[in-house]
Amino acid sequence: MPRQLFGLTTGVVCATTVVDVTVIATESLSKRFPRVTALDRLSMDIGPGVTGLVGANGAGKSTLIKILLGLSPATEGRAAVLGLDVATEGAAIRERVGYMPEHDCLPPDVSATEFVVHMARMSGLPPAAARERTADTLRHVGLYEERYRPIGGYSTGMKQRVKLAQALVHDPQLVFLDEPTNGLDPVGRDEMLGLIRRIHTDFGISVLVTSHLLGELERTCDHVVVVDGGKLLRSSSTTDFTQSTAILAIEVTDTDEHPDGTAAMRDALHARGVDTHDGSGLPGAGHILLLTAESEDTYDLVRDTVAGLGLGLVRMEQRRHHISEVFTDSDEQQSTAHHSAGKEAVGHGG
Amino acid sequence: MAVEQTPAQTGAQSRIHNIGYRSYDGQRLGRAYARRSLYSQSLRGAYGLGRSAKSKVLPMLLFAVMCAPALIMVAVTVATKAHKLPVEYTNYAIIMQGLIGLYVASQAPQAVSRDLRFKTVPLYFSRPIETADYVRAKYAAMTSALFIITAVPLVVLYVGALLAKLDFTDQTKGFLQGLVSVALLSLLFAGIGLVISAVTPRRGFGIAAVIAVLTISYGAVSTLQAIADAQGTTGAVPWIGLFSPITLIDGVQTAFLGATSSYPGGAGPGTGEGVLFLLAVLGLIAGCYGLLMRRYRKVGL
Repeated sequence: MPRQLFGLTTGVVCATTVVDVTVIATESLSKRFPRVTALDRLSMDIGPGVTGLVGANGAGKSTLIKILLGLSPATEGRAAVLGLDVATEGAAIRERVGYMPEHDCLPPDVSATEFVVHMARMSGLPPAAARERTADTLRHVGLYEERYRPIGGYSTGMKQRVKLAQALVHDPQLVFLDEPTNGLDPVGRDEMLGLIRRIHTDFGISVLVTSHLLGELERTCDHVVVVDGGKLLRSSSTTDFTQSTAILAIEVTDTDEHPDGTAAMRDALHARGVDTHDGSGLPGAGHILLLTAESEDTYDLVRDTVAGLGLGLVRMEQRRHHISEVFTDSDEQQSTAHHSAGKEAVGHGG
Repeated sequence: MAVEQTPAQTGAQSRIHNIGYRSYDGQRLGRAYARRSLYSQSLRGAYGLGRSAKSKVLPMLLFAVMCAPALIMVAVTVATKAHKLPVEYTNYAIIMQGLIGLYVASQAPQAVSRDLRFKTVPLYFSRPIETADYVRAKYAAMTSALFIITAVPLVVLYVGALLAKLDFTDQTKGFLQGLVSVALLSLLFAGIGLVISAVTPRRGFGIAAVIAVLTISYGAVSTLQAIADAQGTTGAVPWIGLFSPITLIDGVQTAFLGATSSYPGGAGPGTGEGVLFLLAVLGLIAGCYGLLMRRYRKVGL
């Protein structure tokens, strides 16, 4: 996508069109603290939709969000959000953007409704609109009767929803969600990810969501940006990831007939020409078989094989890359070492 | 304003329909409005309004206790047909300083520590309002809350004085002088209370620290003044008064607002020395504001 996003240099012509296609753009953005370099010449363009920002803790994700909100000046380079320069138009950006912090930020002694109404007013919504939008937004994030109770009594999942609601209440064009799935159980995680997906598909709001888990972002995002040590490691659409990583994990029960069900299953699959791996190094190794799903037929094949052997199918799920493999991949590319095929890649997925 | 994106389904009015997400095209009122909203929310909060029933108890109780003596004085004045009020307008706050201190100590931490402790501050600063807006709104709210608790008793006294048919000109002059004095006191006490509470996210520490600063400084100053007075070094009495908030206010109103000093022997500062008192008060207020700004620039996101 075009670098001319910075309409400053290329004139007004692109200002309107570029806003349509680029939501966030950075150009050799660097942030250095006396001891650390948090961002190192980061250049990227992010379009509308759900974008995942992946990186280990300390990779510079939060620093980037701070700069994009216009709250912290970049050491060098430039950045624009919704076509607005972060260095000079921070207030205008913050009016159009929502932010959900990673940490707890809710006072326990007020109700979700009171709190979100207050935050809506802080965003400039008139009192009546603030109340109306609060009721709508809390309903959309899935808080109903409990919204009148003090937040102190909420579960982590409910608190995350309130945090999300306050970021959405003023109907921003873009939201920054910092680690929204932190502290949630698997079900809560899935619900939150579904909600994030809906923020774009149903609400029409672009999303920048950070996480240190690539797996969960793959399912949710249209585009994933990986940063490490303040540098851009990879920026690609999620289809790139998923195409190479359609790996199935299968776990079967043992029966009297087949005391080692896993081995029986492996042999049966081999007999049908399907290659498997034993997932060594993974939790549950020895009980899990990994195979590459070529097409939809693979699922049927697995089902028929399991049924034929009379085993119980404990699980069959898609596995995806773990973030560490993206790092490994890129290291390999850098050192021009051999690039192993995606089917060897294993990791913890959903 | 809000536009329905999905057409509302036809059917019984009482049924709830999922009308989908509605975008907001209405007004966005910007920073000044947000600042005003924060101000009114904080001011209401200082009296427990919009908070739990439990948090209304103390501020309301203190408010009632602040007003009660004024009511009694008025009743006595009217009943006995006295020719003057038992207490000067400017003196009322000085007499009731313990309660005012208690009020600052209980409400200033509430105003700022909560946002710090529960890390709500980043939510404010990720919105159009900025550090200065936040600090000003909180400072103004605390000052207004203090002004209400200190000025309402004066209004009671004034109304009572008029009912007792005391001299209108005298009373009005005294009343206005009293108002100026408590306004200055409110600014000063709010500043001190907020700065101390903004340092710690723990409310309990804030309360204790505010009480300590106010009572220890006053205790030390009044003790030293009493000693100086007893030893006959009356000249030192006003200067010692520079070192505690309430004696500063006393000094300023003695010098400029026709008050009778509560210093031992009534040895308040003259007009010349009074300038120094006034400067000290204004300097402290400005200093508190500066410190608050510095503090909130740091806590940012």
